[in-house]
Amino acid sequence: MKSGFPLYAAMIAGLLVLATTPLYADNYVVRTAAIVAMYGALATSWNFIGGFTGYPSFSTAAFFGLGAYVGAICQRHGIPMGLAWAIATVVVAAFAALLGGIILRLRGHYFAIGSIAVVELCRLVVSSWSSLTGGGDGLNLPLMAWPPEELMRFFLFVMLGILLASLVATIIVDRSRLGFGLRCIHQNEDAAAMVGINTTAYKIAAYTLSAMFCATAGAAYASWTGYIDPTDSFQIVMTVKVVVMALLGGAGTILGPTLGAAAFVLLEELFWANFLDWNRAILGVVIVLLIFFLPGGLLSLGMRRLRAAKVGGGQ
Amino acid sequence: MIEPILRLDGVSKQFGGLAALSDVSFSLSEGEVVGLIGPNGAGKTTLVNVVTGNLRRSSGRILFKSEDVGLQKPYQAARRGLARTFQIVQPFPAMTVLENVTAGALFGAGAGSLGDARDMAMQSLEFVGLDGLADRPAANLALAARKRLELAKSLAMNPRVLMLDEVNAGLNSSEIDGALALIRKIAERGVTVLIIEHLMKVVLSLSKRLLVLHHGQLIADGPSAEIVADERVIEAYLGAKFAARLKELNHG
Repeated sequence: MKSGFPLYAAMIAGLLVLATTPLYADNYVVRTAAIVAMYGALATSWNFIGGFTGYPSFSTAAFFGLGAYVGAICQRHGIPMGLAWAIATVVVAAFAALLGGIILRLRGHYFAIGSIAVVELCRLVVSSWSSLTGGGDGLNLPLMAWPPEELMRFFLFVMLGILLASLVATIIVDRSRLGFGLRCIHQNEDAAAMVGINTTAYKIAAYTLSAMFCATAGAAYASWTGYIDPTDSFQIVMTVKVVVMALLGGAGTILGPTLGAAAFVLLEELFWANFLDWNRAILGVVIVLLIFFLPGGLLSLGMRRLRAAKVGGGQ
Repeated sequence: MIEPILRLDGVSKQFGGLAALSDVSFSLSEGEVVGLIGPNGAGKTTLVNVVTGNLRRSSGRILFKSEDVGLQKPYQAARRGLARTFQIVQPFPAMTVLENVTAGALFGAGAGSLGDARDMAMQSLEFVGLDGLADRPAANLALAARKRLELAKSLAMNPRVLMLDEVNAGLNSSEIDGALALIRKIAERGVTVLIIEHLMKVVLSLSKRLLVLHHGQLIADGPSAEIVADERVIEAYLGAKFAARLKELNHG
């Protein structure tokens, strides 16, 4: 689905809305905007493997957590923050490429379970390897002695930058040979191999892309909060949330995952604020309803209306 | 002597204790149209799977243009020019007919860009007569059109050798005639074609040479007219008892 102008317009408008929050809103809203951008980047990353390729990956939290730890360890050894994030991105991408060669042999449910095990495994390794990671005590990062507003604004722009990078990568992949090949694999992997697609290499590329931006986001998140520990960095809940966001917005589309992330984070905030005891249950019901009645995601609503308008105009 | 385009040399495939193929040797010359027949379970599809790397041969050599390709992966076979169709059609269901064929041109034939690939795909679709359905989702096609789509997709890959695994199964007789004309047109382009078929009518009308596979062994290889009169072939198809009775009838 290549819709040039409206797509870019919607993307830029969305990013501008998030980027301008510091001008008119308080720190709580700016923080929420940064969280939307972060989850947008995570869901857009997941889209490479889950949306384009159709491999239900649940390893997002592993990449996020590893990114956080690699970044934190680098920073504690005196490496400047930006460079530490870059190192985290490269190291985790390499890790994903190696891991992908192994677990992408699994298909369907088996792959889903294999990928979720990666999160647990990473958490256990990190919490046991105390000499390097501080174990269960976690790690402190160098504090940034900036005023709270400035700090908040800085990390909003960092997260927006990561989101933008992941979206640009998505657009490039969508229009390239790689994206076409990944869609073929999604539809019928055996047939994809028979027309000459190196399915293994393509899947590894998608899995690596799905890891890279998560790692950058994780490393940036670690610098932002100033403290990380294994339980917080490798959360199964996060892994599941990101998949729900992508499905909610529209898996396999360019803007769907970001839209889903925004909707999800806003709903979550709304329910936390208004129904403290019941928020998880209400959120669960909302997710079930959305997936039942809107299987193509929120974006499919717009598509449906567009199609209806076209049919109406033709008569 | 001209080097054959595809040569099998003592190829065997074991599934545990079962020999699906044992010591199969033959070669195809460039531009030849050859039929491969044999009763159910003879190993015809296994043979194709072994050649295209969907299955790994247990022993023997597979030579494509004198290069040993016994260890290749399916995608490598496709890029080399060893294309095949499946007995059960394998489209990309949610993609359009044109996109399906574009995949063949882009990855199999190595088209330079998506635009080039689309042009090549359109040519293939015109060749098989599916250009009118280019924008339909592949899942909406009827069986005969789906089989044509498989052919168009394989053709877009610009193959040197095309292995057709029962492309006519499930078609009615007028559809079969259409498919036959199409296969003839493909052969005229100089593509080497190996046709795997159940229907004798189809094989005999297309190929001057037949290979007969029975219990994984190549029991005959020669001109079609001789092969269909061969006792061992008749025996393989009808069983020893009926073959004997047929012989009596012919002589009596």
